[in-house]
Amino acid sequence: MAKDVIRMEGTITEALPNAVFRVELENGHRVMAHVSGRMRMHFIRILPGDRVTVELSPYDLAKGRIVYRSS
Amino acid sequence: MTRRAMTIRPKNAEAIEKMRAAGRVAAEVLSHLREMIRPGVTTAELDAEAVRIMRERGAESLFLGQPHPRGGRSYPGNICVSLNEELVHGIPGERRIAEGDVVSVDVGVKKDGWCGDAARTFAVGRVDQRVEALVRTTAEALEIVAREARAGVLWSAVAGRIEDLVRGAGFSIVTDYVGHGIGQEMWEEPRVPNYVGRDTARDDFVLAEGMTLAVEPMVNMGRREVREKEDGWTVETCDGQPAAHFEDTFVVRRDGAEALTR
Repeated sequence: MAKDVIRMEGTITEALPNAVFRVELENGHRVMAHVSGRMRMHFIRILPGDRVTVELSPYDLAKGRIVYRSS
Repeated sequence: MTRRAMTIRPKNAEAIEKMRAAGRVAAEVLSHLREMIRPGVTTAELDAEAVRIMRERGAESLFLGQPHPRGGRSYPGNICVSLNEELVHGIPGERRIAEGDVVSVDVGVKKDGWCGDAARTFAVGRVDQRVEALVRTTAEALEIVAREARAGVLWSAVAGRIEDLVRGAGFSIVTDYVGHGIGQEMWEEPRVPNYVGRDTARDDFVLAEGMTLAVEPMVNMGRREVREKEDGWTVETCDGQPAAHFEDTFVVRRDGAEALTR
């Protein structure tokens, strides 16, 4: 069986402490996501309203990792 | 970047033999189903025959009950049968196979605690030249793995060659689904993409002897975009054109990769 990449687009709705954000995914689900280490390393800022790509953990679908900011 | 290398566990000789035993059952099921596939047969009949063979060999379905990665119901079938514009994870049911269909069968077996996962695409009766090319090209992608996936090589090198083959033939490589490590679980580290892309720097890994990987190139005749159907599992091409899927469980060796599911 093929493994899916579980990557979804979403929009940042709220900024929380410690580089955690609330994201509304394109399927309507709202998850909490933290910024990936790589994005922090490159000082990429994320603000509410930004379109981002979130990678979901298969073990906890309410938590994700922001891996890309497209806007 | 290569933090990943620590979580990919190569298997020892004993484990590989057990995976070979499971793989052999999967191979047997596939070759049996290849003979069975003809116009008029339902996909449920294929499913029933598959599980009958597995049980006869002291094995069980690896897919049945598999939880869905995003919630929703667990997989209700024993094998996957995907027709035409369906790419993967087609649920067996009352649908009848017809002349000209492109039928992909994915078989997962668990025997003695170890897993085997393999898939083949079959063209039923007379098909378009282009469809034949689609199936042939996808099958050939697996041969690239057997030849080029040897210990010491970066996976992205192999994935790049798969992608080049597919695009050179005028088809699209699917990027929303990937292969995977396999062992006592169906889905283990690492992710095994069939392309080189944005995630490669993060997902890439060096092949090591004894690594067991389920490599499964998925190729669309038209555009690469796919979507999930309302049944929650079946994946289909967005443009409605046919898709092919081949898969083998491989063990990485020093001079190439050996398929355990043949």
